[in-house]
Amino acid sequence: MSTEGTSAPLLEVKGLVTRYPVPRGIVGTVARRPKLEVHAVEGVDFTVAPGEMVALVGESGCGKTTTAQTVMRMVDHTEGEILFRGQDIGEMSAGQLQPIRRQMQIIFQDPYESLDPRFRVHDTVMEPLLIHGIGDNGKDRDERVLHALERAGLTPPDLFADRFPHELSGGQRQRVAIAAALVLEPSMLIADEPVSMLDVSVRAGILSLLDGLRRGGLGILMITHDLSTAAHFADRIAVMYLGRIVEEGPSREVVRNPRHPYTKALISVVPKRDPRMQVEPQILTGETPNPTLVPPGCRFHPRCPIAEARCTQTDPQLREPDGADEGHRVACILA
Amino acid sequence: MSESNGATPVLSVRDLHVWFDLSEGRELHAVQGIDLDLLPGERLGLVGESGCGKTTSILAVMGLLPSSAAVAGQVMLNGTDIMAGGEDTVSPHRWKDIAMVFQGAMNAFNPVKRIGEQIAEPMRLHDVASGKEARKQVGELLELVGISANRQDRFPHEFSGGMRQRAAIAMALACNPKVLLADEPTTALDVMVQAQILDLLVSLTNELGLAMILVTHDLPVVAQVCKRAAVMYAGKIVEQGATDTLFHEPRHPYTRMLFQATPDLYGDDAVLSIPGAPPRLDRVLTGCPFAPRCDSAFHPCLLEAPEEREVGEAHVASCHRNDPAHAAEAAAVVV
Repeated sequence: MSTEGTSAPLLEVKGLVTRYPVPRGIVGTVARRPKLEVHAVEGVDFTVAPGEMVALVGESGCGKTTTAQTVMRMVDHTEGEILFRGQDIGEMSAGQLQPIRRQMQIIFQDPYESLDPRFRVHDTVMEPLLIHGIGDNGKDRDERVLHALERAGLTPPDLFADRFPHELSGGQRQRVAIAAALVLEPSMLIADEPVSMLDVSVRAGILSLLDGLRRGGLGILMITHDLSTAAHFADRIAVMYLGRIVEEGPSREVVRNPRHPYTKALISVVPKRDPRMQVEPQILTGETPNPTLVPPGCRFHPRCPIAEARCTQTDPQLREPDGADEGHRVACILA
Repeated sequence: MSESNGATPVLSVRDLHVWFDLSEGRELHAVQGIDLDLLPGERLGLVGESGCGKTTSILAVMGLLPSSAAVAGQVMLNGTDIMAGGEDTVSPHRWKDIAMVFQGAMNAFNPVKRIGEQIAEPMRLHDVASGKEARKQVGELLELVGISANRQDRFPHEFSGGMRQRAAIAMALACNPKVLLADEPTTALDVMVQAQILDLLVSLTNELGLAMILVTHDLPVVAQVCKRAAVMYAGKIVEQGATDTLFHEPRHPYTRMLFQATPDLYGDDAVLSIPGAPPRLDRVLTGCPFAPRCDSAFHPCLLEAPEEREVGEAHVASCHRNDPAHAAEAAAVVV
């Protein structure tokens, strides 16, 4: 683990809020129905340092992917700051963003859909170079492409360069997508569920590749619903629920000493490899509520097994509870 | 566990083979002679990577493979071979005695028909119930899977993914079957919803005496739910035994390597990918099909396919390393 509190963060997100308007339709507008909004991300703070992997974990609809997309400026935010190397990129124009985007690349979930089936591997990896006008000449660009393929574990690179996506396995496709991100030599990678579409036997390879890149100094923000993967590979885990980070800290701490009742429940229901390690799962009833109607007070209180009356009124902020390890923050007034 | 106490299996599969016709007279030997026994009330895991034949095997048991598939072997239901007469002998038992929850079943509902009508369909087909009686039974089934009976007039889009999966389970239970084949019943569900569904499946088997084969690529899910599991690779069962034994004392390198490739919440050991890819099954293979990817292959593995051997109580594996004739050679290959 390489978390160093001293190194300046690569990415710093402060008070991020992203809301999507819900269309009312003509009838709704005429009838002046209230304007509803999906509160996808509702005040999120986190940092990613160079050489650090941070995992955003949560169930579907918790806002983890919207957070990643907002950070990438693929979606506009409503409030808050997105600082990349100290620079606020939240208000930048598309032109100003171009050099930032070179620094911050994203890998998507589905390598079967993220690659253009008509492009050879070489052309897929070359395209970002052309868009960003990188490379002195064709030869230089070719070398960069081969180098990126090699870094992504596609060796020997010239064997893969002329292939089409349909000639590759799922794991190899995801490596091509990673190569297309690495070819720009970014300092930060956002990986949105990078292995959830892949077979078990190849997942570890992709995750080890990301782990190696992190060791090489890249900052990585991984979006995943899989706590076991996060526990194994991330330095820090941030657990999201209904648009908020409810618990955040060093992976080991979050997994072994969870303090938020939601994290505790999540961890109890993750199946373990060893049949002797299974614990009595603490199953929460119902599903994550609709993010247009966020419960008042603590947003988790309707499903919380230990909620008290005051939880319906106080909206808890992330804080370090007494006795917690440094950097372990929890948004629960009872923690 | 019940294996050794002499209970009669409710379902026995013997030497099941499936071939698919490919173009130009080629064949794909998808399932290559598998044997399975399922005791009443038992939960058996069938695990493996995509393409290993696990889904094809249970579709063959249900008699649901397309006409391009040739099937051989025996499927004994309470001692009667239901496959002997083809469709004529299978169809009276399908849904009535053996039911299935398909992969992605929650997305397989007809969007323009009410949930209740769809659950009642197998009841009508097998003359179990119709009209008011069917409505009453559908209501009871929905209650059984945790959905209130009055929601049977809802349409599928009014249900969340987890509820649709519950409804799919209710549909499989419509004719009170003895055997449930569940194909990846929790894949694509969130971890908390997965826990709810697994909990439901466990309580159904406990309370109704229903026997279940759980097909999944997710080893921890099997470790949590099933006492016994069969590991499939390249169309064959390579190891079968108690899940506890498979994790703690695997006797096939593939089983061990699959566990090593799976991140665990509390595991500190390195997660290792399995190099290479499964073999193509449209060609005749020499030697052990796993040998090219195996970390402990030795001379005989390349020459001949290993025989299945008993390696412990109710524990079988197909690996040359378990052959006493090769013991000395095998010991020389240190993993």
